[in-house]
Amino acid sequence: MDHSPPMPNQNVDGGSTDVERHNVEAVNAANAPRRVTLYAARTKIHPKRASGDFRRFKWLIMAVTLGIYYAAPWLRWDRGPYAPDQAILIDLAHRRFYFFFIEIWPQEFYYVAGLLIMAGVGLFLVTSVVGRAWCGYTCPQTVWTDLFLVIERWVEGDRNARIKLDAAPWSLDKLRKRLAKHAIWLVIGVATGGAWIFYFADAPSLARDLVSGNAAPVAYSSVALLTATTYVLAGFMREQVCIYMCPWPRIQAAMVDEDSLVVTYNAWRGEPRSLHRKKLLAEGKSAGDCVDCNACVAVCPMGIDIRDGQQLACITCALCIDACDSVMDKIGKPRGLISYSSLKAYEVAKSYTPRDLLRHALLRPRTIVYSGLWLAAGLVMLIALSMRERLDINVVPDRNPLFVTLSDGSIRNGYTIKILNMEQRPRTFRLSIEGAPSADMTLAGSQQPSSRVFDIDVEADKLRSIKAYVVMPRSAIPGDTMSFSFVITDATVTEDAERSEYPAIFHGPSKAGGEP
Amino acid sequence: MSKIERDDISGTSTTGHEWDGIKELNTPLPRWWLWTFYGTIVWALAYSVVYPAWPLVNSATSGLFGYSSRGEVAKEIAEAAGAQGEWRDRIKAADFGQISQDPKLFEFARAGGAAAFKVNCIQCHGSGAAGGKGYPNLNDDDWLWGGTFEEIHTTLQNGVRFAGDNETRFSQMPAFGDGMLSPDEISSTAEYVLSLSGQPHDAEAAAKGAPLYAANCVSCHGERGEGVRDVGGARLNDAIWLYGGGKESIVAQITRPRQGVMPAWGGRLDDVTIKELAIYVYSLGGGETLQRQ
Repeated sequence: MDHSPPMPNQNVDGGSTDVERHNVEAVNAANAPRRVTLYAARTKIHPKRASGDFRRFKWLIMAVTLGIYYAAPWLRWDRGPYAPDQAILIDLAHRRFYFFFIEIWPQEFYYVAGLLIMAGVGLFLVTSVVGRAWCGYTCPQTVWTDLFLVIERWVEGDRNARIKLDAAPWSLDKLRKRLAKHAIWLVIGVATGGAWIFYFADAPSLARDLVSGNAAPVAYSSVALLTATTYVLAGFMREQVCIYMCPWPRIQAAMVDEDSLVVTYNAWRGEPRSLHRKKLLAEGKSAGDCVDCNACVAVCPMGIDIRDGQQLACITCALCIDACDSVMDKIGKPRGLISYSSLKAYEVAKSYTPRDLLRHALLRPRTIVYSGLWLAAGLVMLIALSMRERLDINVVPDRNPLFVTLSDGSIRNGYTIKILNMEQRPRTFRLSIEGAPSADMTLAGSQQPSSRVFDIDVEADKLRSIKAYVVMPRSAIPGDTMSFSFVITDATVTEDAERSEYPAIFHGPSKAGGEP
Repeated sequence: MSKIERDDISGTSTTGHEWDGIKELNTPLPRWWLWTFYGTIVWALAYSVVYPAWPLVNSATSGLFGYSSRGEVAKEIAEAAGAQGEWRDRIKAADFGQISQDPKLFEFARAGGAAAFKVNCIQCHGSGAAGGKGYPNLNDDDWLWGGTFEEIHTTLQNGVRFAGDNETRFSQMPAFGDGMLSPDEISSTAEYVLSLSGQPHDAEAAAKGAPLYAANCVSCHGERGEGVRDVGGARLNDAIWLYGGGKESIVAQITRPRQGVMPAWGGRLDDVTIKELAIYVYSLGGGETLQRQ
């Protein structure tokens, strides 16, 4: 087991090859001795460094995702003098979300809902084609755990050295290594928490405030919280987050089917596995390609044995493929004993070409429906985004009282009119009444006499609320109510002015009568 | 416990329960999870010591932190009052003209007045200030005692016919039904009053009522029913009627008038709040800038 110092590793085939046999067992092996208890201690996993195509791909993805995460808040985007110049900014205080050329007001939050739908359907699509690619390559838990493992490996050495260090008694050297590892982990944690809050405020000035101790307490507590979660989840919890905490592994089974490409041990090729393959073959007995070197288990960050088949704990990071391929190279067998394959391909064994595999994985009703949904959501969002108005008017009529009788017998209704100038420049809007020819309007707080047209200045990127009183002779109201419209146009431009209309209702006293 | 059965594939023991051939694995809980559970128990106990929790006979333990939600509210109210202090000082120092020139200060005062109105005034005037029969509608442009900032303020400060205030607004319409006018005369006068506001009326009776009106009513209600603000004489030639504008209501009012009372708020509310109330009532749509001639 992992806790004891490793037995000197023997080589496969009695030392005739340089394929090392790893003394390792899957943490969830069926034959592991187990007490019947209500709880179980975690078996610590010491993943060995893998190298190969998938490992290189994972390095690349790690660099890109971490790069985006840490650098994105520092990108600038000029929006003129009335808006912040941070490319990606969630301005909670002013209730604005900026993303490069897009600015979203709170009532336009459906764009974010649309993005979430696209993310969800996209995840379904990817999972139905290549299994848990999200888990294995891009999930923050995977990426940060990978990053922490890089540090661990750099400070304490690879698998065997780490096992030895864990078992060794405390010494100055062990203390030094442990201190260094945890210190670097904490620094990464602080950087992770720090990067997060930069999305919510102007990054350069917040960075200055953070360092000089002038930032808001919530900034420090956010950094502290995310430092703690990064440190604990990536440093200690690791695979347990995927197995015990995350709902996605439980849901993904519904998205994977017999055509999905998943990391597969091709047992039809590998079995019967034997450490003494050459000897068996020489004796005329049958032997599969698997030399039982356990390299696939040693590199697994989840500590499982892919040869046990598909299982909940497998995040399909494909590192076992890299490990196995290098072994196959050494013993002169074709690569792909462990490979991305599908259940269907597994059943028909060798007859599937990689082309067949890919075609079956990509072209299925399931993937076509997912792609269609994804594209439809994207298109709807794009069209809505390109056609959206940057001017809006909302009218709330007074409901208490519905109307007021004035001394000359005419009827007055009050309206709270909200004008939304969603452009980053101050604008003047022309508010007018359409319909109700005998109606006149006054604005609370305005010196201007009653009229049907008012010019209203609204600051850049702001909402202005004004109170309007509309007065009509009682005889002009045909029934109990009458319809008209508030219309607002951009008075600062002459051609193709933006226009927004809001249908309103004018309430009068019941025609049924009654004493005044 | 009887014999423990092991699942061949996972190596985990089963609970011994079976549903249609499906057996439940007795997967052990991760140990850290167990410790987290113990941690929550410790946390709960500690929480119940530092925060109010355990019931006693007449109260509950107050907790080492001395927290109470009531205390929290008091603190927040004090904080809010502190934050408003500067604005309220400015309202206190400024006159109405200055306040109405400062949109932000005006809006602050209006909002404060709206809140005070909801607590003190809606019982009579209604939550929308639309009043009701006998209770003036404050949204319209008809004012018994004047609709400028200062006049509204005076009404608020001293009340109307309020016994506890020497400077209260006071007017008293005589009860003409107590032997001063006969029922016939009252009816004719009412017809004349109807004619003043252009309502349907009996012209013959109104003609008889005209001299009665001139003799008894003009001093308070004006020659053409335009009202006399100085004495709180109601306007009779418009569409707004405090006690109803139909014939019966007018007759009832002449015979035995109702005399509404409004309490004086000076001394009951602080000066700034009364000022804010005046601004709120003014802003309801009927505020007057100049005293009507």
